[in-house]
Amino acid sequence: MVGHRFLEAIQDRNLTEQYEVVTFCEEPRPAYDRVHLSEYFADSDADALSLVKENFFADSGITCHIGDQVVAIDRDRKVVISKKGLELSYDRLVLATGSYPFVPPIPGNDRPNSFVYRTIEDLEAIQAAGNDAQVGVVVGGGLLGLEAANALKQMGVETHVVEFAPRLMALQIDEWGGLLLKNKIEELGVKVHTSRATTEIIDGENCKHRLCFSDGEFLETDIVLYSAGIRPRDELARDCGLEIGQRGGIVIDNHCRTSDDDIFAIGECALWNNQIFGLVAPGYQMAEVVADFLQADDTQFRGADMSTKLKLLGVDVASIGDAHGNTEGAKSYSFIDERSGIYKKIVVSENGKKLLGSVLIGDAEDYGTLLQYKLNDIDLPEHPDDLILPQRDGKASTGLGVDALPASAQICSCNNVSKGQLVDAIEGGVHTLGELKSCTSAGTSCGGCAVLVGQILNSELEKLGVEVSSDICEHFPFTRQDLYMLVRTEKIMSFSELIQRHGTGRGCDICKPAVASILASCWNEYILKQGHAPLQDTNDHFLANMQKDGTYSVVPRVPGGEITPDKLIVLGDVAKRYGLYTKITGGQRVDLFGARVDQLPLVWKDLIDAGFESGHAYAKALRTVKSCVGSTWCRYGVQDSVGMAIELENRYRGLRSPHKIKMAVSGCTRECAEAQSKDVGVIATEKGWNLYVCGNGGMKPRHADLFASDLDDETLIKYIDRFFMFYIRTADRLQRTSTWMDNLEGGLEYLQDIIINDRLGLCDELEEEMKLVINSFQCEWKSTIDDPEKMKRFRHFINSDDKDSNVVFVNERGQIRPARTEEKSVKTVEEKELLAS
Amino acid sequence: MNSLAEEFREDRTEKMTDTEFMAVCQIDDLLDNLGQCALVKGKQIALFKVSDSEKIYAIDNHDPFSDANVLSRGVVGDLQGKLVVASPIYKQHFDLETGQCLEDENVVLDTYATRVVAGVVEISC
Ligand code: SRM
Ligand SMILES: Cc1cc2nc3c(=O)[nH]c(=O)nc-3n(C[C@H](O)[C@H](O)[C@H](O)COP(=O)(O)OP(=O)(O)OC[C@H]3O[C@@H](n4cnc5c(N)ncnc54)[C@H](O)[C@@H]3O)c2cc1C
Ligand code: SF4
Ligand code: FES
Repeated sequence: MVGHRFLEAIQDRNLTEQYEVVTFCEEPRPAYDRVHLSEYFADSDADALSLVKENFFADSGITCHIGDQVVAIDRDRKVVISKKGLELSYDRLVLATGSYPFVPPIPGNDRPNSFVYRTIEDLEAIQAAGNDAQVGVVVGGGLLGLEAANALKQMGVETHVVEFAPRLMALQIDEWGGLLLKNKIEELGVKVHTSRATTEIIDGENCKHRLCFSDGEFLETDIVLYSAGIRPRDELARDCGLEIGQRGGIVIDNHCRTSDDDIFAIGECALWNNQIFGLVAPGYQMAEVVADFLQADDTQFRGADMSTKLKLLGVDVASIGDAHGNTEGAKSYSFIDERSGIYKKIVVSENGKKLLGSVLIGDAEDYGTLLQYKLNDIDLPEHPDDLILPQRDGKASTGLGVDALPASAQICSCNNVSKGQLVDAIEGGVHTLGELKSCTSAGTSCGGCAVLVGQILNSELEKLGVEVSSDICEHFPFTRQDLYMLVRTEKIMSFSELIQRHGTGRGCDICKPAVASILASCWNEYILKQGHAPLQDTNDHFLANMQKDGTYSVVPRVPGGEITPDKLIVLGDVAKRYGLYTKITGGQRVDLFGARVDQLPLVWKDLIDAGFESGHAYAKALRTVKSCVGSTWCRYGVQDSVGMAIELENRYRGLRSPHKIKMAVSGCTRECAEAQSKDVGVIATEKGWNLYVCGNGGMKPRHADLFASDLDDETLIKYIDRFFMFYIRTADRLQRTSTWMDNLEGGLEYLQDIIINDRLGLCDELEEEMKLVINSFQCEWKSTIDDPEKMKRFRHFINSDDKDSNVVFVNERGQIRPARTEEKSVKTVEEKELLAS
Repeated sequence: MNSLAEEFREDRTEKMTDTEFMAVCQIDDLLDNLGQCALVKGKQIALFKVSDSEKIYAIDNHDPFSDANVLSRGVVGDLQGKLVVASPIYKQHFDLETGQCLEDENVVLDTYATRVVAGVVEISC
């Protein structure tokens, strides 16, 4: 990671013109993001982790020897020698060899199914072993160990953590914090064994291995995962006689130079001031320092902040600075809420003016603010404990406003971006969060600073007087969310009522369909009811999708994609009867294209008689719930995914929402229904269902986030009810769940808090709202066909039974398709001739 | 041009003035803010009745951007005080009074005079 950052740094400085740069990479792929390594478990997508921008090597002219390891450095001849036999001379050499996981010297530590957690290959091996394992143990209860435990748990194996010290994360957090963390983690079903020293590993009776502890106890397991700390990879440096620290690590000075002036060391292999930095941010700083040095700039590495914020097994954990209060005269404040599992502590200087350190467990929302106090040496408020005490009665939090931060304040430590740099970019015209991130890199690594970056953006935009008008259109000085709340709380039943009370003018093609959708989400009346009908886009109005030539497509609902042969025959029959083009859609159903407006009711009459109902392909509403065949037929399936998909589709059919919503249910982790690309995805597990939310295909694909695991049917449905209604309440117009989530302050955790823990006390309300929609479902096509007044609208001309002469089809691959303009004129000639003869 | 043809042409113009307005439908056939399409002398004309106005607006039904006959099926509203219909296909707006496209000044649709006589909508075209 650090090595690659260095390459980027020298490219940025155009040093690639001065130096011919060659890099060796022993792994089978170029640099990737180890910090997010665990995501590989979710998607097995190595490309998503890559740190290498497209064409980086081609554009920069840097040569990269992938899969080749440097085995020796000859400092006299100034050459490096690689495993594949390359010999390359150098003027300057940078070592960024990282570290390796330490495996404690326990007899039996080399037994099969023993792993470490560092590379993509490690994860692949763990994953493969997980398939037939029941129990897994992580040796080491530090930060990485808990992350590895999470991975084991996700794989569905019974997970244990064995820690030698009396508490978890002994390095970063204190005793109370460790205890609370242990309780929280045990609640989640991971067993924690502290103060346990493993003496040997032997054959097990019920599992593959048995870990024997010094106190005579033992634990059986199929997988052993070592996470007992890291050791710098200093062997190359050692062999060529560079100075090495007593406990390992290549000794460097403030310019990251080793004891040889032409050799530098950066990242986890480097030892500065007797410290190894096991985090990326300090390594990235070192990379910049060396790049600066090469162009004769005198920046120096002066140590780095080791504060961290993580989510371990779903529990927020953060540690800042001197968490243990080791500084002389340090005083601390702490707050413990055992019921909610929250522990917060701050360590302040003797005079109470400065923040020295902090530990946060269970709720790390204050991390950003506290870190800024620490990093920028800001004076604490009179009562520092206000910073961690819960705020009640809607009192404003004492959090540090972003305006209080000096321009030099470092906002993103991963990428070393200061507040000043962000402000400059914003003043220079960057006005969206996405742009700001991509042009400054802030927030693009660990993401810990994203909230702050967003706050700075908003505050600066406000200062610039940039009107970030979020009004839906000129007719309403409100956002979609505001309108939704107005409709809901004032029980407004029609557009005219809403615009009279809260808007101006007549409305337009933006606000009318949006309000129609809101009304439907709230009250679910027949959408062509008088007053509602003129609000609808043509698709909703004619209950079909308008095509490029003005004809429509017809998509009957096929819940879960399951269809009887008889119904398939009906679809074929109807298509033949009305001369329609048929195609299997990407949503596991059949689309019939080319229906004229006057044919729509006829087609639907036949379909309804055969038991079909509207598929809402035309609406911003639930589309399909795709399914895989699941346990009924598939040899791998662990639950009835088709049954669940049908139940879900029938439950949410017709649910109008800010944008279309799609779902899928897979019968096992192989995920044949592609549930992780859906707004709501459900994947069967041995114990129930994993729920994924906010995925998206389309223009900007997004993998769904795992929201909750191993749910029973009832809980699954309850969460989805709440999720949809919360989305409907708070999303912008035409905002898919994916972008909604990306813009949701607090993100996934916040959403989980609301939907699982009912943090806002909304859940009952949301469920009631959903119940109303479900209970008032009607098939819009059926209601339309039953209403002669409505049927009158289904003709092209109000004063003639003629058809639209502009609708012309030609034949292709045995079916119709709309004629192109040039084909239309030919056709007319043919038709004329036909008439004449 | 011979006199017969001239005569014929005059004759025709005469007739036109007489029947300049052609009946297309009952006023009650039109619903507020919902378009309908009428076929008048082979031409497709989109008709709109907007709420709180007696006037019937008539413009081409043909959407020049998509080359489809669909404007009668657009959403009706107002933008900056102008009554407009939005094309259901690519969403351009057309001024109901003048036929002017708001997104492209070079595009102006034909508009037609209308009147309501004894509950019957008539168009001149
Ligand atoms: C028919 C179908 C293509 C096909 O032949 O397979 C289709 C056709 C259309 N899609 Fe789609 N999409 C179809 C599956 C998909 C899928 C696949 C899926 O659902 O698994 C996707 C990607 C998944 C997703 O949405 O996340 C998809 C992503 C889109 C998008 C991009 C959405 C996005 O968030 O980026 C649009 C544009 C939009 O909605 O704004 C779109 C819009 C459209 C529209 C409605 C465009 C339009 O306004 O005319 C097309 C009209 C369909 C019609 O006239 O009936 N269609 N479309 C599929 C209908 C599925 C069904 O049974 O209902
Ligand atoms: C699961 C996990 C989660 C983490 N989470 C965080 C986090 O949240 N925050 C954080 O700050 N840090 C985190 N870290 C730590 C972070 O990944 C490391 O600090 C960072 O990767 C160090 O970068 P590096 O370049 O020094 O080492 P590496 O990324 O290990 O890069 C060294 C590379 O050099 C290669 N190499 C070594 N020797 C040779 C040789 N002789 N020839 C050729 N190639 C060689 C190695 O194969 C390796 O690819 C995490 C680490 C892991 C494993
Ligand atoms: S997801 Fe699993 S159960 Fe479903 S079809 Fe694929 S392998 Fe079978
Ligand atoms: S602090 Fe890690 S991305 Fe900004």
